[in-house]
Amino acid sequence: MQTTILYIGRDTEITVVMNRLLNARPEWKGICVCSDEEAISILKAQDVDLVLLGNGISPECEKVLRSDIIALKPQIKIIQHYGGGSGLLYGEIMTALG
Amino acid sequence: MSQFILYKENTRGHANHGWLNAHHSFSFANYYNPERMHFGVLRVLNDDLIDGGMGFGSHPHDNMEIITIPLAGAIAHKDSMGNSAVINAGEIQIMSAGTGVSHSEFNALEDVQLNLLQIWLFPNKKNVAPRYDQKTLDVAARHNNFKQILSPNADDDNVWIHQDAWFSLGKFDADFETEYKIKKAGNGVYAFVISGEVSINGQVLNKRDAIGIWDTDSISFKSNSADAEVLLMDVPMELN
Repeated sequence: MQTTILYIGRDTEITVVMNRLLNARPEWKGICVCSDEEAISILKAQDVDLVLLGNGISPECEKVLRSDIIALKPQIKIIQHYGGGSGLLYGEIMTALG
Repeated sequence: MSQFILYKENTRGHANHGWLNAHHSFSFANYYNPERMHFGVLRVLNDDLIDGGMGFGSHPHDNMEIITIPLAGAIAHKDSMGNSAVINAGEIQIMSAGTGVSHSEFNALEDVQLNLLQIWLFPNKKNVAPRYDQKTLDVAARHNNFKQILSPNADDDNVWIHQDAWFSLGKFDADFETEYKIKKAGNGVYAFVISGEVSINGQVLNKRDAIGIWDTDSISFKSNSADAEVLLMDVPMELN
């Protein structure tokens, strides 16, 4: 069974890399977006197990985004992704999923 | 009462990709150990051996303070901020990834293996403007002395980063003893032995062993060999 992971960032290049990294593992399905509106649409349309917050999201936007996500999916896990690449990704996701 | 944790050399994560022989002090890439996630804000300590001419193609980073210390050989660096540089042994490079930066890192030499330490710290502020710096270190000043090489202060010698962290390098004669005072309340020290044998707070450490110490304001140090070289990383224990 695949774990669906939604990555939300601001940098297009990093988002492309994250999409490649997440979908390289058969056990993960990665969806990567740069827009909060697109992220909310995805959350309304399908099940997501984990949200990764990436680079460039201002504290104000993050507060609103977290609130909107929790309102839609109260049980969802939201974590900060650091590093922008493969180094920390596996550990972050494994830790979040327990 | 101070607390400590030992990180012996042979307990590090290991990945040999042929051109890259990497040892990970903390979980990194495919090495995952929930007991080895970080020491305070110190998240990554990679000890990489890279074959001549080989390296990492362009890849992105964000929101991380990345410190690279070549121990042998030289690194060719290029990044999306327009920096293109070679960092030799005896120098230090920092990159504040902030909102996002891409870079490549290669062994600058074709016939000499590169050995580098790459260290990642969580920043004390997210989404800063990306920043690069590189400095030549005063190697002579670290003889029997923990010489500061990195700090949070732009006015200090050497390099600065977006974190309340201080790094020092020392190279010691046999039987030399000293004490290191932690720079900020709440910080701990991660001591990594680059070479030789030392005792830190009475714990004997050999090449590539490490000890993390916290809940104290100082550590005691003794060199047990004539070639002891140690990197001290004085870092906040609380994640921001």
